[in-house]
Amino acid sequence: MNYFHFPLEDWTNSFVNNWLLPVMGGFFNSISEVLGAFIEAVTNLLIVVPPEVIALILIVLSWRIAGKGMALFTLIGCVYLGSVELWPAAMQTVAIVLVSTLLSVLIGVPVGILTATSSVVDKIVRPILDFMQTLPSFVYLIPAILLFGLGGVPAVISTFIFATPPAVRMTSLGIKQVPEDVVEASRAFGTTKWQLLFKVQLPLALSTIMAGVNQTIMLALSMAVIASMIGAPGLGSTVLSGISTVNVGLGLTGGLGIVVLAIILDRITQGLGKRF
Amino acid sequence: MLVNKIEVNNLTKIFGSHPQQGLKRLKNGEQKSGILEKTGMTVGVNQATFAVEPGEFFVIMGLSGSGKSTLIRLINRLIEPTDGEVRIDGKDITQMDTTSLIETRRKKLGMVFQKFGLLPHRTVLNNVAYGLEIQGVEKQERYQKAEKAIEDVGLKGYEASYPNQLSGGMQQRVGLARALANDTDILLMDEAFSALDPIIRKEMQDEILHLQNKLGKTVLFITHDLDEALKLGDRIAIMKDGRIVQVGTSEEILENPANEYVSNFVKDVDRSKVLEASHVMKKPEVLMTYKDGPRVAVRKMEEAGASSIFVVDKEKNFKGLLTIDDAIRAYKEKIDLEEVLITDIASAAPHTPLHDLIGIAVDAKYPITVIEAGRLLGIISRVSILSGLVLGKEKDEVTSL
Ligand SMILES: Nc1ncnc2c1ncn2[C@@H]1O[C@H](COP(=O)(O)OP(=O)(O)OP(=O)(O)O)[C@@H](O)[C@H]1O
Ligand SMILES: [Mg+2]
Repeated sequence: MNYFHFPLEDWTNSFVNNWLLPVMGGFFNSISEVLGAFIEAVTNLLIVVPPEVIALILIVLSWRIAGKGMALFTLIGCVYLGSVELWPAAMQTVAIVLVSTLLSVLIGVPVGILTATSSVVDKIVRPILDFMQTLPSFVYLIPAILLFGLGGVPAVISTFIFATPPAVRMTSLGIKQVPEDVVEASRAFGTTKWQLLFKVQLPLALSTIMAGVNQTIMLALSMAVIASMIGAPGLGSTVLSGISTVNVGLGLTGGLGIVVLAIILDRITQGLGKRF
Repeated sequence: MLVNKIEVNNLTKIFGSHPQQGLKRLKNGEQKSGILEKTGMTVGVNQATFAVEPGEFFVIMGLSGSGKSTLIRLINRLIEPTDGEVRIDGKDITQMDTTSLIETRRKKLGMVFQKFGLLPHRTVLNNVAYGLEIQGVEKQERYQKAEKAIEDVGLKGYEASYPNQLSGGMQQRVGLARALANDTDILLMDEAFSALDPIIRKEMQDEILHLQNKLGKTVLFITHDLDEALKLGDRIAIMKDGRIVQVGTSEEILENPANEYVSNFVKDVDRSKVLEASHVMKKPEVLMTYKDGPRVAVRKMEEAGASSIFVVDKEKNFKGLLTIDDAIRAYKEKIDLEEVLITDIASAAPHTPLHDLIGIAVDAKYPITVIEAGRLLGIISRVSILSGLVLGKEKDEVTSL
């Protein structure tokens, strides 16, 4: 099948080495610094606040949003994380999940709105989303390290790439699902485009968008272990060291911690979405 | 000169890939069906022209698919026209930029939808206040106006409810209140009552007539129910395949259908509900005043070959009926005419439906008088009620007898 030689590998490398790093390096560095500082601030906040306070907040949220059973689970889950001495690691993971989810929402929701309102944008964005979701994450871990170094920043960037598509898709879906007759009636009364967006479309799409955000959070958590390979601190790196030292117990302890976080965050955000 | 509230000139809408091409075909006289066959494009509205006067209740009717919804959506430009113009208070809405279009919709064009189109996440109050809210009207003022509109449509007490907590009829009222709250001169109503059951529907019809009278609104009302059209419309336009085939008052359309399509449309109408007393009454031929005295009265009756005569005063105010026997008795016995006058005579207003007169006519010994503000406008005999019903319904058969 090799009718002609296609030097994609060489081209990519020379693109990275001759242009991306020397020319754009400064730009990526500054992104790296800002994002890094932000992640650090969130992490510090979560670690400085006493675990009991955070646990209490989570329990109350679970109770109000998902009921008594869930509150009990959250209580047990938090006690577990403390008892296996993984509380700080859990908070580091939560920080990365929060920051990358925030990024996904900040970028994903507006893009979703654009795809819902413009078929041209939709045609362009759709394959990009497919690409982001199916490209093995290891492929972009490498350039992420090159551009952003090791640690939380490349982890957040990779997580962002992996976890943003549902935010875009569900936002778009939610807006397209707003009944045509409601949109028409609003227009008939002299609604401007922005008013239509903020007073009609977004409020009516909110529960669908929240379902998207919920998926984004779950995907972000599922990236925790992979992200730890490029130096992201947290429960993922606990599991990773379990793997690399063939320590089944350590791997399970960390893995369970991720599951606990996943369930708590899932039920809380799912419950929030149903309220709208 | 009076400017028409709405003026539609040569308005055309073609759905499809090459509307301009379709437009050429239309202008060459091709039909909707032919264009669909040859090009796959649908003619929604075909060169419609009509005008609605201020304060008029203008009804558009036609079968399903005849283009009514397309036409009304062209009027506030929810749909872009292919050709033609729509003038609102003289200004062509099809040429407006976005800002003036939005301004016109806000200030001049209220709309009520068949499917309500209420905002499900807002309470009744906030739905009704929506039009004012997007105009930036202060909270207090817009709630005040919204509450007034809610009261006008009889929904007081439901301000805090959400649309899905209300029945269809109540939701329709919310839709109407939302349009009223904006206080636009023009109301566009697309089959606004079709989703309602007959009783609520009648209530809503009466309500909109009442509101239109009270507030002097210009209403463009779509329905495919002829009875509704006849009840509400000052004038009615009949649509077929996107064209307007006839515009006229109920009587004009019933009596002179422009073509077979229209006459098919109207043939099943119950005339007794449409025709009114003023349509079948006759001018009373013999009239007298007190001054005439009994002798003149008798002579007038003899001349007309009648056995009774209606008595009025100088201003034509109705006084009563004088029979020939009573006139002779009054003359012989020198009694005042006033004392022998028969005054308990059935009467009707000019707008009383024929339907309501049938019952009266059965019991009445004398013709029914049609009286407006005390004045005698005409009289209706039993025969004229019957002929009104029969002629109205089966004119051809009767005339061919
Ligand atoms: N968005 C559209 N795209 C293509 N064709 C359309 C569109 N909207 C309406 N039409 C066509 O235009 C014609 C007129 O439709 P319209 O909805 O105006 O009819 P209508 O008189 O309101 O009917 P109904 O009484 O059923 O509501 C129909 O043939 C319909 O198929
Ligand atoms: Mg329609």
